[in-house]
Amino acid sequence: MIKRPTMKSRDEPRPSIEDRTIEGARWLDDRFGIARFGRTTLNKIFPDHWSFLLGEIAMYSFVILIITGIFLTLFFVPSTHEVIYNGSYVPLRGQRVSEAYQSTVDISLNVRAGMVMRQMHHWAADIFAAAVVVHLCRIFFTGAFRRPRELNYMIGLTMLIMVIINGFIGYSLPDDQISGAGLRIAFSIFLSLPIIGTWGAFLLWGGNFPGNGDIIPRFYSLHILIIPAVIAILLAAHLGIMWHQKHTDFPGKGKTNRTVVGSSFWPTYVAKTTGYFFIIFAGLALLGGLFQINPIWLYGSYQPFKVSYAVQPDWYMGWLDGALRIMPAWETQFASRYLISAPFYPAVLLPGLTFGILYAWPFIEARFTKENRMEHHLLDRPRDRPVRTGLGVGVLSFYVMLFLASSTDVLANTLKVSLNGVLWTFRIGTPTIPIVVGLATYQICKELSRAPSAGLRKRSAVVVRSTEGGYTTVPADIRPGDREGEPPPEALPEEAVGRGVGVGTGGREEPGEEEVGVAPVRSDATAVKPPRRFSGLLRPWHGPASGG
Amino acid sequence: MSPGGEDESGSDHVSSGDGGGGTAGPGGTGSGGGTATAVEDLRLEIPVERPRRIERFVALCFVVSVLATIGLAITYSLGGQNQAEGALLGVGLAGIGIGVAGWGKYLMPQGPFVEDRHELPTTEQDKRAFGASFSRGKVAVERRGFLGKLLGAAIGVFSIVGIFPFLRSLYNPRPGNALDFTQFRRGSRLVRIDGHPVTADDVEVGGVLTVFPEGHEGDAVSQTLLIRASSVPITTLPGRETWSPHGYLAYSKLCTHAGCPVSLYQQQVQQLLCPCHQSVFTILNGARPIFGPAPRLLPQLPIMENGDGFLRAQSDYQEPVGPGYWERNTSTTLNPPKKAAGQ
Repeated sequence: MIKRPTMKSRDEPRPSIEDRTIEGARWLDDRFGIARFGRTTLNKIFPDHWSFLLGEIAMYSFVILIITGIFLTLFFVPSTHEVIYNGSYVPLRGQRVSEAYQSTVDISLNVRAGMVMRQMHHWAADIFAAAVVVHLCRIFFTGAFRRPRELNYMIGLTMLIMVIINGFIGYSLPDDQISGAGLRIAFSIFLSLPIIGTWGAFLLWGGNFPGNGDIIPRFYSLHILIIPAVIAILLAAHLGIMWHQKHTDFPGKGKTNRTVVGSSFWPTYVAKTTGYFFIIFAGLALLGGLFQINPIWLYGSYQPFKVSYAVQPDWYMGWLDGALRIMPAWETQFASRYLISAPFYPAVLLPGLTFGILYAWPFIEARFTKENRMEHHLLDRPRDRPVRTGLGVGVLSFYVMLFLASSTDVLANTLKVSLNGVLWTFRIGTPTIPIVVGLATYQICKELSRAPSAGLRKRSAVVVRSTEGGYTTVPADIRPGDREGEPPPEALPEEAVGRGVGVGTGGREEPGEEEVGVAPVRSDATAVKPPRRFSGLLRPWHGPASGG
Repeated sequence: MSPGGEDESGSDHVSSGDGGGGTAGPGGTGSGGGTATAVEDLRLEIPVERPRRIERFVALCFVVSVLATIGLAITYSLGGQNQAEGALLGVGLAGIGIGVAGWGKYLMPQGPFVEDRHELPTTEQDKRAFGASFSRGKVAVERRGFLGKLLGAAIGVFSIVGIFPFLRSLYNPRPGNALDFTQFRRGSRLVRIDGHPVTADDVEVGGVLTVFPEGHEGDAVSQTLLIRASSVPITTLPGRETWSPHGYLAYSKLCTHAGCPVSLYQQQVQQLLCPCHQSVFTILNGARPIFGPAPRLLPQLPIMENGDGFLRAQSDYQEPVGPGYWERNTSTTLNPPKKAAGQ
C-alpha cells in the first residue's frame, strides 16, 4: 500500500519517504497502472465553503443508516403473523401483536444497545432527508444545476424521491398503530390513481387493505435491499460526475470559470471529510441516545379499526399530509362511471407537479436566460438572480405552509383556537402567502443587486502626518470586502509538481511571474450593476470574465 | 501525532515557503522523480501561527474519545443503558471527528491551490470518430436485419412471458369487486371485536361501539361505528326510516377521504371527527361531511332488531365504503336507499 508522509516521517531522510512510497505503489501500478490517476486524485482541489458540506451530511447519514440498519436486520422479523406478546414490557403483555411489532419492541427494550441503534437509524433517516432538501436548496439558489450539471441535479432529485419513499417504508415496518394508519392512507392514495389505482394497490398489498400479510415482507425487501441499492448506485454516479466535472465554487478572489481554487484532496480534504463523518456520526449517536423518537411500544400493534389521535408522519411526508388536510373536498366523476377521488389532487398530482417542475427546472430556466451556451462553474449569489430567488423562496414557502398545515390539530390545541379557524387560515394562506413572500424576495434581491456595496465594508482611511506637521487623510488600500470593490485577483504561480496544480499565495506573497489564465473577477464591483430589463436581471453578475 | 518531535512554529513554515516559492517551483518542473524540496516547502505550509496549541487540542480530543469509548464498552458489558450508551458513543465519535477535522483544518496545508478545469467536451474530431465507429457497427448489424428482427421477437416474447409470473402471482386475490362490498349480509349479527353479539340494551344513549359482521371480527373493510344517538328511531335521510331501531345509528368507520377509522365521537354536537385529516361528519343527517377534506357521506348500514334483542344488518351497505377509487360508480350513491334496500 502507499505509504504516507506523516508528520513524524518528515524528520527522516527525505528520499526514503518518496522511495518507499514509490516502492509500495509499484506493485499495484504494475498491475493496474494507477500512478497517474492516483496522483491526479491526490492533487485534486476541492473548494471550501460551509454550504458544500450539506451534501456530505446527506451522504454520511446514508452510511450511518446502512451501519445501523444492518444491526436492525439482525433482530427484526418482517412478518404480520400475530402472536401474543409475552415480553418484558408489561403493559403489552397478553395483547395480540404482529411479529414485526414484537421484534421492534424487543429491539428497543431487550436487545442491548438496540434502542440507541433504532433511534439513531430513525434520526439518521430524518437528517438524511433534511440534508438532501437543504442541499437541493443550495444547488437551486446558487444555480449549480446549470450546464454542465443538469443530469447530476436530476440524479440528486431522484435520490430525494428514493429517500422519501424509503423513509416512509421504513417508518411503516414496525407495524405500530401510527404507521399502520399511514399505510392505510397510502393505500387510499394508491386507490386514487386513475385507471391503474385499484390494481396497483391490490398488487402491492396483496389484496384489499390491510392485505393478506404481504405488505410488511415486501416493504422489507424494498427497504433494506432494493431502494438502498438504487440510492447507492445513484450516489456513486452523483459523486463520480461531481468528481469528473469538478466542484462549483463561489466567485471571489482568484476564482474563475476555468479554475478550481481550494485545498487538495490529500491530505487536507481527506482529513476534514473524515472528521465530518465522525462528527455527523457523533451527532446522530447523541440524538439516538438522548432524544426519544417514535416510541412504538406506547402505540400498540396496528389494528385497522383503531386509530391514534397523534397520526402524524415523519417530517418529510408532512407537506403531503398537510396538503391532504387542507385540500377542499373535491372528487371528479366521469360519466358517472369513473372517479378521481379526493386524495388524487393533493397526494398524487401535487408531488407529481412538484418533482416534474424540479426535474425540468434547469431546462426551463435555460430557455429564458439562454445561458446554456456556456458552462457554469462559478455559482450565483442568490441576490443577483431576483427572478429565480423570488420564485424559489415563494415556492419554498408554499411547502413550508403545507408542512405547517400537517399540524392543524396541534396548532389549534396549542393556540387554543378552533380547528375550523386554523384550517381556513391555511386554506387561504397556503396559496397567497407564497406570492407575497416571492414578490418580497424578488424586490429585496433587486434592491440589493442595485446596491452592490450593500453588506460591504466602508473603505478605511489613513491619516498621514506630513513633514510640516500637517495632517491629511488618504484612502487606505482596498481590502477584500471593501465597498469600493475587491482588489484584482493576484495571479497564482504555476505549480511545479502535478498536472495543472498550482500553489496559491494565500494573499501573503507577491504574485509569481507566470500566470495561469486567471481572469479578473469582480475587479470593479461598481461596474456590475445589472441592467433593469427582465432578461438582463438573469445574466451572470460577474460579468464577461467567466466565459467558458 | 508526535508532539515531542515537532519544534517548528508556523512562522517557520511561512518563511520556508517564501524561500521555496520562487526557486523550487520552476526547478521541480522537469524532475519527474519529484524532488522533495518543492513538496516540503509549499505543500506543507499551514494556516496557523501556533500549531502546538492545536496539536494539544487534537490530542485531547483523541484521548477523550478513547476514554469515552472505553466507558461505552463498560456500560455495554454491564448491561447497557440507553442514554449512557448514546452519550458515550457520541462523545467517542465526536472526539475522533473534531480531532481529525481540526487536524485537517489547522495542521494541514490549506493552499489555496488552484487547478485548471479540463475541457469537458471532446474535440469535434473525437465526436466524428465516435459517430463513425458507431455507424460501422450499426451497418454491420443492419446488414442482417432479418436476424435482428427475429432477435427482437425472441427477446420480446421472453420479456412478456418472464414478467407474467411476477404480475400474475402478485394478483392473488385480484381486485374484482372487493372494494364494492363488505362482509355484512342480510341478518348478520353485529358483534364486538371479541365476537360478542350486540343487543339493543348494550349501549347507553350517547355511547359508541365498533362492531363487525358476525364471523368477520376485526375485518378492516366491514368495521362499523355503532352509535346510540337516541332511544327512539332516527331518520337520518329520506328512505332510511327503518334503519335505526332504538336510536342506533351504524356508519361505516372508514373515512371517505383516505380510509382512516373515523373514531372520535363528539356526543354534544353529534359529530364524528376523523383524527387523520380532521374531517367532521354530522351523524343525525346521514354523516354528512361538514368540515375538512372528506368528499362524501359516511355510508350508513341499515340495521334491525327482530325481537330477539340482537342488532342485525338489514343488508350490506348500499354503496361502497371508504375512500374513492377509479372504478367507483356513482349509480349506487345516487340511488335512493329504499330502492336498493332489497339487495
